[in-house]
Amino acid sequence: MDGLAHQLIAGIATGGIYASVALALVMIYQATHHVNFAQGEMATFSTFIALTLIQAGLPYWVAFVLTVAISFALGVAIERLLMRPVQHAPVLTHVGVFIGLLLIVGNLTGWVFGYTTKVFPSPFESEGLLFGGLVSGHELGSTVVTLAVLLLVYLFFRHTSLGLAMRAAAYNPASSRLVGIRVGWMLALGWGLAAAVGAVAGMMVAPVVFLDPTMMLGILLYAFAGALLGGIDNPMGAVVGGFAVGVLENLAGAYVVGTELKLTVALAIIIGVLVVRPSGLFGRVVLSRV
Amino acid sequence: MAALLEAEGLTAGYGQTAVLHGLDFAVEERGVTALLGANGAGKTTTLRAVSGMVRTGGALRLAGERIDGRATEEIARRGVAHVPDGRGTFMELTVEENMRLGAYTRRDRAEVEADFERVFGYFPRLRQRFRQQAGTLSGGEQQMLAISRALLLRPRLLLLDEPSFGLAPLVVQEIFGIMRRIREEQGVGILLVEQNASLALDFADQTYLLETGRIVVSGPAADIRRDESVRRSYLGY
Amino acid sequence: MSATEEIPATPVLAQASPRSAMANWQRGALVLLGSAAALAPIFVLESFQLFQLTMAVIMALAVLGLNIVTGYNGQISLGHGAFYAVGAYATAILMSHGDWSFWATLPVSAAVCAGLGYAVGFPALRLGGLYLALTTFSLAVAVPQILKHRAIEDWTGGVQGLFLVKPDPPSWLPVDADQWMYLVALGVSAVLFLLSWNLIRSRVGRALMAIRDNPTAAEAMGMDIATLKTRAFAVSAMITGIAGSLGAVVIEFVAPDSFGFGVSISLFVGMVVGGVASIAGSIFGGLFVLFVPNIAEEVSKAAPGVIYGAILILFLFLLPDGFAGLLRRAAARWRRVAARNGDGP
Repeated sequence: MDGLAHQLIAGIATGGIYASVALALVMIYQATHHVNFAQGEMATFSTFIALTLIQAGLPYWVAFVLTVAISFALGVAIERLLMRPVQHAPVLTHVGVFIGLLLIVGNLTGWVFGYTTKVFPSPFESEGLLFGGLVSGHELGSTVVTLAVLLLVYLFFRHTSLGLAMRAAAYNPASSRLVGIRVGWMLALGWGLAAAVGAVAGMMVAPVVFLDPTMMLGILLYAFAGALLGGIDNPMGAVVGGFAVGVLENLAGAYVVGTELKLTVALAIIIGVLVVRPSGLFGRVVLSRV
Repeated sequence: MAALLEAEGLTAGYGQTAVLHGLDFAVEERGVTALLGANGAGKTTTLRAVSGMVRTGGALRLAGERIDGRATEEIARRGVAHVPDGRGTFMELTVEENMRLGAYTRRDRAEVEADFERVFGYFPRLRQRFRQQAGTLSGGEQQMLAISRALLLRPRLLLLDEPSFGLAPLVVQEIFGIMRRIREEQGVGILLVEQNASLALDFADQTYLLETGRIVVSGPAADIRRDESVRRSYLGY
Repeated sequence: MSATEEIPATPVLAQASPRSAMANWQRGALVLLGSAAALAPIFVLESFQLFQLTMAVIMALAVLGLNIVTGYNGQISLGHGAFYAVGAYATAILMSHGDWSFWATLPVSAAVCAGLGYAVGFPALRLGGLYLALTTFSLAVAVPQILKHRAIEDWTGGVQGLFLVKPDPPSWLPVDADQWMYLVALGVSAVLFLLSWNLIRSRVGRALMAIRDNPTAAEAMGMDIATLKTRAFAVSAMITGIAGSLGAVVIEFVAPDSFGFGVSISLFVGMVVGGVASIAGSIFGGLFVLFVPNIAEEVSKAAPGVIYGAILILFLFLLPDGFAGLLRRAAARWRRVAARNGDGP
């Protein structure tokens, strides 16, 4: 019984990470109808930046905030420089640009920061387990942080004027322009936010899986699965999906397929969702008129 | 008196196809100009040209300032509110959110709230449906919402693309009645595109008749209303 | 109903090229020249360079496979490395455990990969461009893990992989094993290239491209989209799988970590750079995939990836129809100039 409870809680903790990355993916998808294949690499790059800042002597939370800010700026820059020129291009071109971005960012990380696996510090008490051995300090802390970030993002989109404008720009760019919204900059902001959220996810997961340039690739897959499960055009759904995938992955890994095949679980979820119910649990079923 | 909107030799098109072949027209301050014509004459394209949604040639002046070639959002920020064909409602957002978006670029909070009240005065039904998702509104209500969104911009120029389209006659009457009130109370210039010629002629001051991208008849609405031959040849009644 | 600012640009993708106005003797001379150029390396190159060229030919074949389903039929596959891996392992397992001869494994590899491609093609029907890219991407990432799994370790050799031995050249041919492999790869690829070329120029090929360019219209015209698309996937997987088999025996080794998503990405980059929807482009793509990383690696370990990515993006921005497109346009311009000079006074 203890084992199951711990698996569930661990699943929720990792689920928080997946939910964050899934949210980042959905934000970009909603605005541009494209999936950012490079989201994971960007998050890894951000996490390395954080490590560099920490090693330079900055206190953890200062480095955290700085990294989030830098990641935001990088996200905006990437959108303006790379995505804007191909906004009207066909799908193949878009996919190609994302793949190119993945290659560049992923390899740049190795080039600049080296390929050896590094230890990334956790700001939470990791000695011993809390609540009678159910959850580690880091698991609790990281869950709280990711939930806080998700909540902030939700509040931003629901209750601020800028958040409303960004949603409008994603739903209906033409009408948005008619009310004076600078749609291009809304897209750039969306990218910035997604990059920032990804950075938080990276910094929360690095202490657990150790930091190296390929850290986020598997996580990206789980995030995809979560986003699809929840509905790729529904931020709420993506978050729920992310948590669900986290729990499913942990349970399946512990009791069904063994830890070596956990990625296949993500793959199975992706294929399953796309074949059975492509709009996910909470997404809109979009009918295309011929 | 300088016109609010002036078009000189306006051309426009989609890709390789030219749709407008050199239009000259004007909307006076606080005046209503109607663009009439059959389907495919280029009426909607004209409004899109004013809003910068299509590539244009020639000159467009808003209160003397050139706006041709500018981005749509910049033109909107200069006080041009466009209610497009199909209404352009943000279906997934609530009525409230749609309206707030209309006022997105404004900084004068108190005035925005006053405008909300004024708009509810015109369209009380919107107050009832305030928190409802816009996609669930009826056609007539969506038209009201679209006009409200435009008014909340506090525009100098209002572009209306076929406000009567797809609406029951009673609803259309209601909307045009309100538009008369808006015109009197707000002092906004209106460029109206309508297929329903008699409605438009009742409402407008100045009229231009479009046929395949060219203006074939122009003049005060009252004159055109009286001119039987024009009405019969071009307007079908 | 909604306003559009401008009609989105579509890339100039190759349609079936018209019959070029070449005299028969010109065509014959070209074939002869081409064959000579293709065979020359045996006599000219060192063993290692010949090995590299052999791999380039194999890569070209693999890119050709991808081109058929993505370039010509518009189904974006970011996971073709999986088919390459399956082909490689099919050959490796049969040769290593079953002592089969290399030639015998080819039909098995082809059948297995075709079957797998067909199986992937079915769910792919329901997926639009982006979702298919996503799913195949996920497949590519998951492949090494699947290959390492304990359940099939006895066959696949697990993390350590399997070793193979190149087949001996036939006794009546005065070439060594490396040269023989080059000839084998060249021969198999030439056959498959020719068959693909014929396929593309046929009615089926045109149907595939019609589905890519305007699926609604294609369906309205009565094309059996489902059959065409799944078969395209099958053929495409088979070709890339055969390339995998060739690769396995040329390198004489297969291991799960050699078949990570890097392979799928390389094939994709090769296709774009060489020229999407172009038979000749696949050849350029293969050369690019093999030689550019080698050159780039001189700079630093990370350089290949960054240069790959940068070149990919550059080509997408500036040369969306790749090398092949560039050459095609240059040839057209040259032909125009020549014609003009011919008409001169």
